[in-house]
Amino acid sequence: MNLKQFCEVAMRRILTVSGFTTSIVILLIITFLFAEAAGLFRNKVVEEGYTLAVNRENPVENLSAEQIKLIFDEEITNWKQIGGIDCPIATFRLEQLTELYTEEELGENYERAGDCIAEQVEGQRGMIAFVPTDLVKDQEGIRLLEERNIKAGDVLLGDEWFPTATPSPLFGILPLVSGTLWVTFFAILIALPFGLAVAIYLSEVADERIRQVLKPVIELLNGIPSVVLGFFGLAVVVPFLQQTFDLPVGETGLAGSLILALMALPTIITVGEDAMRSCPVTMREASLALGASRWQTIYKVVVPYSISGITSGVVLGIGRAVGETMAVLMVTGNAAVMPHSILEPLRTIPATIAAELGEAPAGGAHYQSLFLLGVILFFITFFINLCVEYISSRNKR
Amino acid sequence: MSKLDVKNVNFYYGDFHALKNIDMQVEEKNVVAFIGPSGCGKSTFLRLLNRMNDLIPGARLTGEIRIDGENIYDRSVRIDNLRKNVGMVFQRPNPFPKSIFENVAYGLRVNGIKDKDFIESRVEETLRGAALWDEVKDKLKKSAFALSGGQQQRLCIARAMAVSPSILLMDEPASALDPISTGKVEELICDLSNKTTIIIVTHNMQQAARVSSKTAFFYMGELIEFNDTKRLFTNPEKQTTQNYITGRFG
Amino acid sequence: MQRFSPRAPQPATTMNTPQYPSAYASKKKRTEQIVFFLFRLLSGAVALSLLGILGFIIVKGFSVLSWDFLTLPPTDGMTSGGILPAIVGTLCLMAGSACFAFPIGIMSGIYMNEYARKGKLVRFIRMMTNNLAGIPSIVFGLFGMALFVNYLSFGDSILAGSLTLGLLALPIVIRTTEEALKDIPDAYREGSLALGATKAQTIWHVILPMAMPRVITGLILSLGRVSGETAPILFTCAAYFLPKLPESLFDQCMALPYHLYVVSTSGTDLEAQQPIAYGTALVLIIIVLLINLLANSLRKYFSNKIKTK
Repeated sequence: MNLKQFCEVAMRRILTVSGFTTSIVILLIITFLFAEAAGLFRNKVVEEGYTLAVNRENPVENLSAEQIKLIFDEEITNWKQIGGIDCPIATFRLEQLTELYTEEELGENYERAGDCIAEQVEGQRGMIAFVPTDLVKDQEGIRLLEERNIKAGDVLLGDEWFPTATPSPLFGILPLVSGTLWVTFFAILIALPFGLAVAIYLSEVADERIRQVLKPVIELLNGIPSVVLGFFGLAVVVPFLQQTFDLPVGETGLAGSLILALMALPTIITVGEDAMRSCPVTMREASLALGASRWQTIYKVVVPYSISGITSGVVLGIGRAVGETMAVLMVTGNAAVMPHSILEPLRTIPATIAAELGEAPAGGAHYQSLFLLGVILFFITFFINLCVEYISSRNKR
Repeated sequence: MSKLDVKNVNFYYGDFHALKNIDMQVEEKNVVAFIGPSGCGKSTFLRLLNRMNDLIPGARLTGEIRIDGENIYDRSVRIDNLRKNVGMVFQRPNPFPKSIFENVAYGLRVNGIKDKDFIESRVEETLRGAALWDEVKDKLKKSAFALSGGQQQRLCIARAMAVSPSILLMDEPASALDPISTGKVEELICDLSNKTTIIIVTHNMQQAARVSSKTAFFYMGELIEFNDTKRLFTNPEKQTTQNYITGRFG
Repeated sequence: MQRFSPRAPQPATTMNTPQYPSAYASKKKRTEQIVFFLFRLLSGAVALSLLGILGFIIVKGFSVLSWDFLTLPPTDGMTSGGILPAIVGTLCLMAGSACFAFPIGIMSGIYMNEYARKGKLVRFIRMMTNNLAGIPSIVFGLFGMALFVNYLSFGDSILAGSLTLGLLALPIVIRTTEEALKDIPDAYREGSLALGATKAQTIWHVILPMAMPRVITGLILSLGRVSGETAPILFTCAAYFLPKLPESLFDQCMALPYHLYVVSTSGTDLEAQQPIAYGTALVLIIIVLLINLLANSLRKYFSNKIKTK
């Protein structure tokens, strides 16, 4: 085999491998995101290393994360509310130990802490203690509650996101999902009229000189880093909204929507304009030749002809808005609650990941829940891309 | 008064002098053919008659074009009304991405007719006029793209006729069609000449001879000869015309 | 020279000529004027809001910009000093991601246009590339953290950050390369092959040089994207405050967009950090402007060159 042939074969091999890079990357992304996210459901509802101990006579077998939270928030105060005996609930946390016992009684290295806890729990029928598993696992006279795993239903349908709560963190993603949807919806609502107007203006109305100026301006808007737009939002839009609507805080969903609208605009405009420009000249001329005005031609012929391209642009714009992180993180106020109005602070999925991943210990339930959010985000955008693919493939036919 | 009266028309694309001193009178209910080699200005001239060149940047016109005595480049003329009166059929069939019915109804709707019954009867009438009714009457709601090329072109003619123009411009209407479809379109042109004045641009001299009663020969932006079709093809006055029809160039 | 005789008169359909409403033409005209006016207005609003944003940052940031600002590290808890480490960090990340994404992206583009059999496979790869382009940058951040930082244990480092940003730039590079190659007529390929050149030689000597202008434009634009991204480097590279310059690939570094995020949202004294934030935003804007300008002028330069050939 001579050198020329060898080069030929080698080049083909290398190129083939690099051709599949993107597919491999997607595969890797799915694998890694899933591997971490799936770990969430192997976690117990109670924080790792801790357990819940109750009196032997207490018939309650196990508790859901929601119930545990309500008990320790003292919103459930009697066992009978959750199907147990009629007995008021007393909660016990490790910190209380030093209030009840002296250092001598606990021992130098807390070696007798377990006994002390057991004594407390044994002494009171309605007590529930949140303590490290190591301290109490060999104690008699108390019973450790059976530990449930975190359930998918509680995560996907839960409406409370409180990943740092003790004893049992809550990973309900609904507030984040609805936050994302709200912000995106309003962003598109704002961007749509502007985007379509500019796209139609550029493609059908503007003369060549204005086009030459406006096109690069739109491209420039596309190039501005999201963090700069976020900064602008923080410096200008947020105070403006606060004043205009007389709000306690200006960091609201609306601020996020406004900035996102700016970011979705270039996509909607460029894709929509391209689609409309691809409408054949003869089609326009046929309409004009029948006595239609230019505007009639646009909305009766050009827009219907290029509707799939325009839709693609809008869907891509939605995708951009759903996944945008930094700008939203900076201006939406990041309150992880179910949104009631666009004028309140709310929090989106990407912003949650960005804000919390730095603090979540690697491998913990919190960390894994953020990867789960990543998976959800991945699937939302994957779905959006498939839609675009479908729309544009239909267009070709 | 002539239907169409063109006086001393010059037309420029920027620096390019596309049409030179054109004069022409066309009588009503006549089929006039424009022939000439490509780039001779025949299509440009045709498109001046419904002001289709208005949108071209840098285009300029001098002289007068009168239809029914009215200068169509006068400021007072509403361009939509002009185009309603001067229909056009294009080189390639270009139906809208709509149903067959909506394609024909389009011209009526954009000119403000809302009466449904009238639109329906008018669509049927024009489709019959275009000898297309029997082929499409069961699929009026189907997309116009589902038709064959020849059917599409006849649909486009029906679409133009629906608005009832008094002049119909045709820009090489059969050049993209097969011989059978071409035959049907030519037949249609002859039928329509009872109702309207038709001006047709064609590459094909046989076609011009078959359908038209008068023929204009354009060359290099000039109207070389305008005469009865029979006369022009058998006994042309100008040498250039003679050369062209005998196939010495073009 | 036979003419069709007009057919026998049609069955008598009543000839109903349309009666057009007389005022409709002017109504149409008015609607059109109103609508077009609205379009102009909205387009103007979009252009103005963009110019407003740029103007605001330029005006506010201009007074901050100085030689010291560009060449000193931040001091006094980021309330004074400059942004040198952030500039250097961003340049390092741009260079690093370019080293990774450019060769692979170009090769991948070549494979798709020149080698892969057209059909399902190419469609699949293209779909995957489009999907990769649509994945939010924060997901890249998560992935980079899981793979580069933890699994491959690069730690928070320029290497991990560059690779993550490289993945982000990859689809842009692939697409522009593929499109640039697609526009080159097959005649050139056939011409070269007919002279006995191999496919590899043809691509190297004929096709690539012709496609290069557009490929380079795409590369520059992808660099622009990389320079402004924050989310992918949040957990793979970016340092909150690190006054010294990076020394190796495994060092953390500061980066302009992350620095802007930090000084505008957290820190010891938001008020005092405000000027720094404006300055940083301006530097980022200048980078974006330069990159756009460069790409545009390259595009113009090369298209003129091809025309005059």
